[in-house]
Amino acid sequence: MTRRATIWGLVAAACLAGPAGAAERVVIGSKGFTEGIILGEILAATVRHAGGEPVHRKALGGTQIVFQALERGEIDCYVEYTGTLAAEILRDDAAAAPEQLGAALAARGIAAGAELGFDNTYGLAMKRALAERLGIRTIGDLVARADEPAIAALEFAFSDEFVRRADGWPAVRAAYGLRQTPRVVDHALAYKGIDAGSIQVTDLYATDPEPRLHDLVLLEDDRRAFREYRALILTRADLHERAPAVAAALAELAGTIDGPTMAGMNAAVRVDKQGEAEVATAFLRERVGWDVAPVAADGFRRLVHDILRATGQHLLLVLVSLAAAVVVGVPAGILAERHPAAGRWILGAAGIIQTIPSMAVLVFMVPLLGLGWRPAALALFLYSLLPIVRGTATGLASIPGHLREAALALGLTPWERLRLVELPMASRSILAGIKTAAVINVGTATIGGLIGAGGYGEAILSGIRLADAARLMEGAIPAALLAIGLERGFDRLERWLVPAGLRTAGR
Amino acid sequence: MIVVSDVSKSFAGQRVLAPTNLEVPRGRTTVLIGPSGCGKSTLLRIIVGLITPDSGGVTIDGAPMTAATALELRRRIGYVIQDGGLFPHLSGRDNVTLLARRLGRDPDWIRRRVEELADLVRLPQAALDRPPAALSGGQRQRLGIMRALALDPPVVLLDEPLGALDPLVRYDLQEDLRRIFRELAKTVVLVTHDMGEAGFFGDEIVLLGGGTIVQRGTLDALIHSPADDSVRRFILAHRLPGMTAGDHR
Repeated sequence: MTRRATIWGLVAAACLAGPAGAAERVVIGSKGFTEGIILGEILAATVRHAGGEPVHRKALGGTQIVFQALERGEIDCYVEYTGTLAAEILRDDAAAAPEQLGAALAARGIAAGAELGFDNTYGLAMKRALAERLGIRTIGDLVARADEPAIAALEFAFSDEFVRRADGWPAVRAAYGLRQTPRVVDHALAYKGIDAGSIQVTDLYATDPEPRLHDLVLLEDDRRAFREYRALILTRADLHERAPAVAAALAELAGTIDGPTMAGMNAAVRVDKQGEAEVATAFLRERVGWDVAPVAADGFRRLVHDILRATGQHLLLVLVSLAAAVVVGVPAGILAERHPAAGRWILGAAGIIQTIPSMAVLVFMVPLLGLGWRPAALALFLYSLLPIVRGTATGLASIPGHLREAALALGLTPWERLRLVELPMASRSILAGIKTAAVINVGTATIGGLIGAGGYGEAILSGIRLADAARLMEGAIPAALLAIGLERGFDRLERWLVPAGLRTAGR
Repeated sequence: MIVVSDVSKSFAGQRVLAPTNLEVPRGRTTVLIGPSGCGKSTLLRIIVGLITPDSGGVTIDGAPMTAATALELRRRIGYVIQDGGLFPHLSGRDNVTLLARRLGRDPDWIRRRVEELADLVRLPQAALDRPPAALSGGQRQRLGIMRALALDPPVVLLDEPLGALDPLVRYDLQEDLRRIFRELAKTVVLVTHDMGEAGFFGDEIVLLGGGTIVQRGTLDALIHSPADDSVRRFILAHRLPGMTAGDHR
């Protein structure tokens, strides 16, 4: 058999084996909070149960980023809330009704799938004992008996987001005519305050585990002031053609998760520190009757593997963005020093870029560049510009005038003066700018965890989300070591790159 | 021969140099002297093309100094400034050979040339491979002179080259420089504010004041027949031995 025949044989075999052997790859997205990730794991386990090959791009970020990823086909499905869809995506309150929702989403190539069965709306909560003693069951009770001293003395304290969002405190205050002035406190601190008795009424999500933990009771929203946030599965419109078995299995999840079940799963992760994947498979086994094997997790080897993978991803982000910033920033610095008028614009622009929050850069860039390392690297590139441009411009500007003239009088061309005299003399300052950018990048690259670029950010963000110090350290310690290592590396590089005469002169 | 014709220069409306004419004969040393702000350094920097004059022009051996010719002409001019003007990131040797290497001169030729020049300016070999910061002021200036002479230019311009050196070092360098200029028959323009140094070097001394040439001639002529009161006062200010204010009254 000739070599060509062998190759054709292999190609033919691959074509025949391909469709039959390969499980359909289904990419699942999730939003960056515990409930979103648990639901993502439930979808992933469901895909596996239906014979598909799930890829879970965890904790991708906020609504905009995840929804756009679905719109662009970078993910195939995720769980969204009806109220959020209406308010943040469709910007139409009427659209929360199932028929309108389906039509509006279909126009975007997205199918509204099964509703899971719970409504994660906002709620107002009080200590159970206090509510029972005062005889308060509904929000309406607070208004009807507002004149009683015991009721008037109740302190309200809400999270900043709840106070600002139109569908939060403003909605409930208008619907009931509440006259209290709430204090704004951090959500986690509000629970401490309510335990200590310094506040009595706070806001929460209906499926938060805290009511059980702190023995709170949710006040009934008797006037339906809060919007509905029914959880539903969104999929690409073509998923049922591409993977009919997966689509059918996802449909079977309809109505399987009621409010208390969801709150229980949130508590299992947030309070009992169980893994999201284990909670998800346990749910499917006990409530749906599917025995989906959890993905094997072998403690130490898994940890080493995860850290190595994150290191690779993190380094890719830092080095790619840094290299691009050097290529752009050094010439920009030269230009800025040569032409002071242009320099003011260049340094001004680099400075303004520095003030843009990384989340905002991602929200702008994900629609253009998609998910993954590209938008994160672009954000890091932008943040790296200022120190590099400034280091270059400052280094060049600090060259004494008589030495510039000496180079000119020697008969060197402009390019030779730049390359042989000015850049070497500015090398310390340029390298210092690059070093600063590199070290800052190691820290900032944690944003990669928000958009599926990986890196140490994944561990750090999930550590913060779950208040899990060990998980946080899994990202924070390697990140710190990498920053130190890079700094050392740059010191080496400086010894090698910066001419000896400048190093002795600089002392 | 350097010819300066009707060259003038103002900075920010302030006249630094009135229209000035000057010929510097080939193979001779002309010293520009005068009080601070008299325009002597400006004139030198116009000759080497670091400053573009508002009017008039400069020719060097017949070739006009313009933006287009400056690069070529500067390679035929050695330029020496105070403290040598060495680039701190290069060793002494690399400072001296920078332009020769850029112009692609033969490495063997360059090596021999450095040895010749080090002998000429009496610089110890060990000083060649140190960075400028590790050298003495006198050694730095000797390297600066080596760099200026590296391509054997016919013209050498020096802007207060010995101003920052202590008297003994300066004395030795003055002796060496005069010997070098005479041996090599260079066309030299040297700027100084020191009358003794001017007299030591100058075949002709050009005294500037307030942006114009006030008097030119030998040291003797300046001392014994000053053109006007300003020349007399400038000379007196140097407190040359045996001179008092009464000498010329």
